Amino acid sequence: MNLINRYSKPQLFSLVALRVVIGWYFLYEGLAKLFSPNWTSYGYLMDSAGIFAPFFKELGLSGTMIQIADNINIYGLIAIGLCLILGSFTKIASLLALAFLSMYYLSHPPLIGAQYILRPEGSYLWVDKNAVIFFAIVVLLFFPTSRLIGLDRYIYKLKERN
Amino acid sequence: MSDDINNRKDTAPDNEKNRPVKKHSESRRDALKTLATLPVLGAMGYGVYKKKKNEENHRIASQLFHFDEKQTILPVQPEGEQIRLGIIGFGIRGSQLLQAIGFATPTYVEDLKETSRKNPSNTRYQDFLDQDSVNVVINGVCDIFETYAKNASAAGANINREGLNGKYGKAPKIYKHYKELLAAPDIDAVIIATPDHWHGTMIMDAAKAGKHIYAEKPLTWTVPETYLVKEAIENSNIVFQLGHQGRQIEIYKRARDIIEKGQIGKVSLIETSTNRNDPNGAWVYPIHEDANPSTIDWAQFEGPEERVKEYMDYMNDHGLEKYIGPESRDKFSLERFFRWRCWWDYSTGLSGDLLTHEYDAMNQIFDLGIPTSATSSGGVYFFKDGRTVPDVLQTTFEFADKDLTMLYTATQANQYNRSRKIMGHDATMELGSALTITIDGASTQYKDKIDSGIIKPGEPFYRYIPGRSVDALTSATEMYFAERGLLFSYVKGKRYNTTFLHIREWLECIRQGVQPSCGIKESFEEAITAHMGTRAYLEGKTKYWDKEKKEIV
Repeated sequence: MNLINRYSKPQLFSLVALRVVIGWYFLYEGLAKLFSPNWTSYGYLMDSAGIFAPFFKELGLSGTMIQIADNINIYGLIAIGLCLILGSFTKIASLLALAFLSMYYLSHPPLIGAQYILRPEGSYLWVDKNAVIFFAIVVLLFFPTSRLIGLDRYIYKLKERN
Repeated sequence: MSDDINNRKDTAPDNEKNRPVKKHSESRRDALKTLATLPVLGAMGYGVYKKKKNEENHRIASQLFHFDEKQTILPVQPEGEQIRLGIIGFGIRGSQLLQAIGFATPTYVEDLKETSRKNPSNTRYQDFLDQDSVNVVINGVCDIFETYAKNASAAGANINREGLNGKYGKAPKIYKHYKELLAAPDIDAVIIATPDHWHGTMIMDAAKAGKHIYAEKPLTWTVPETYLVKEAIENSNIVFQLGHQGRQIEIYKRARDIIEKGQIGKVSLIETSTNRNDPNGAWVYPIHEDANPSTIDWAQFEGPEERVKEYMDYMNDHGLEKYIGPESRDKFSLERFFRWRCWWDYSTGLSGDLLTHEYDAMNQIFDLGIPTSATSSGGVYFFKDGRTVPDVLQTTFEFADKDLTMLYTATQANQYNRSRKIMGHDATMELGSALTITIDGASTQYKDKIDSGIIKPGEPFYRYIPGRSVDALTSATEMYFAERGLLFSYVKGKRYNTTFLHIREWLECIRQGVQPSCGIKESFEEAITAHMGTRAYLEGKTKYWDKEKKEIV
């Protein structure tokens, strides 16, 4: 709490803005998948590369596991997005987001010579969009804002009162 | 309000007196800070709504190109009787046909196992094991090359789909001559996968012997035998299926639905092609090390006497001696035995081998029937290995009563992927592993939608990928996968091979006493069409179909 109380207004504003835009990004990724009929992570998983590729491909080929993975993806993304935007349970949401991003990174590592059918929209070497967002969320974890701006403010008050 | 302002900075809970006022102001500010980011969700909601509305316009595509969900494969009778099969010809295609219904040599199964061990993402071994049983037993096999005959017998005995040192069933009997196999009482139905020059004769003999027939395409090698085969099948009670497994491709059924509803407008031109660029694709097949005059029954390979006479008569009557041979028919030749497709002496060339698949696909979609005329050109331009059949061929078929042209264009020395295009006044339909429709900028039917911006002419507007439900909003990703053939075809959630489905249809038709999708009518049309193309090439002039006399003139 000490650190939180010492945020200047521009610091607080930029941290909240970062939290909200990352939340937006996750929420819309989830909604877009939810709304596209028959969306499945099959293609993405089958296009994996790197040392973990066999694991992701096996996941893609297994009938039941892929359904579970798809649902975790869709609803996980939506939940993370809502939590970050609204500022509720942001710590858990951030940790979950880090787990998701790790999976995306490990299944499609931007290695030298890695060729993906689903081409990334940019040019990457070792560091990709997932890695950048990962560390942005690490920043959010150590510079929390939801108890100042967000539902956590109310949630923690309730906690304190009890 | 002034109290609020005064107390704004005081957040310490020590001043009990001020608490009610403070609580009021604090709670308002608290609420503001708590819910400050809530409007973001409103913005997201608005954005998603706008985006979905925008996509609705595109979704019109799925309404435009709607088709009924039909059962696309004949259901298997749960208590169907076992069919006793014989196979004649166990070369490349013959072994593929048996593999498709679950019978492969132990060596082949070992290879599959090895491949999947090395590359776990290769699922062919598992697919082979998982393939439905078609409830058949292989009782007889025949091949004039000893090694192939032994392989066929080993495949037929491999009832548990095992590798080496497995538990096998009773080995099917090996027949030296196909007529002995046809005479066997413990065989109900035969698969014929021999070189082209034997198809017709074997089909007729099998029909006379009362055996149901699954024969590889093309139906015949000479024109005169085509009529005889038709008559023989029509006068029999057998179930006949020609091996155009394309009949099982779901996408062609969808294409037919869409075209029948007039949704691409009047079709005037169909473009089909073959592009291959490797020796195997040009029929330069490997020569087996065991092959020699003592392991191959060359006399039987030469062909049926009457057919050879029909062939020689036609060639000589039309001054086409240069296409005969060049080697003498009775001279043993390993090249001619394994690469028989390269010589007219046994082959029907590109026309019979590959054009027939394209034609049959279009005949399935349009009920084309026999063309009014055929014109061909081409030559031996790349594989100058002594072959007589061309490796580049262009054939144009006119269907005057349908007001359309079907173009077939092939090269065996370039594998650029040219899609099948069905060109209508309102749209062009492309058929590959996906069905894609691009609306024509000058379309009459879609003028309103083009004018109002719903349809962007020239851009793919609708795409159907087999195994997935109708979806006009198919993502770029999915398209990519479909075009690279990475999306599999599923029937009710299970991946199938079209050859399996085609043989299975034939077997079910035998059990249920119904006619299969590529019966004698379709086969006769296929054969005559291919022969017209071939004759046009050989004679260097347009060949016509005389509807009255039912003759190629």
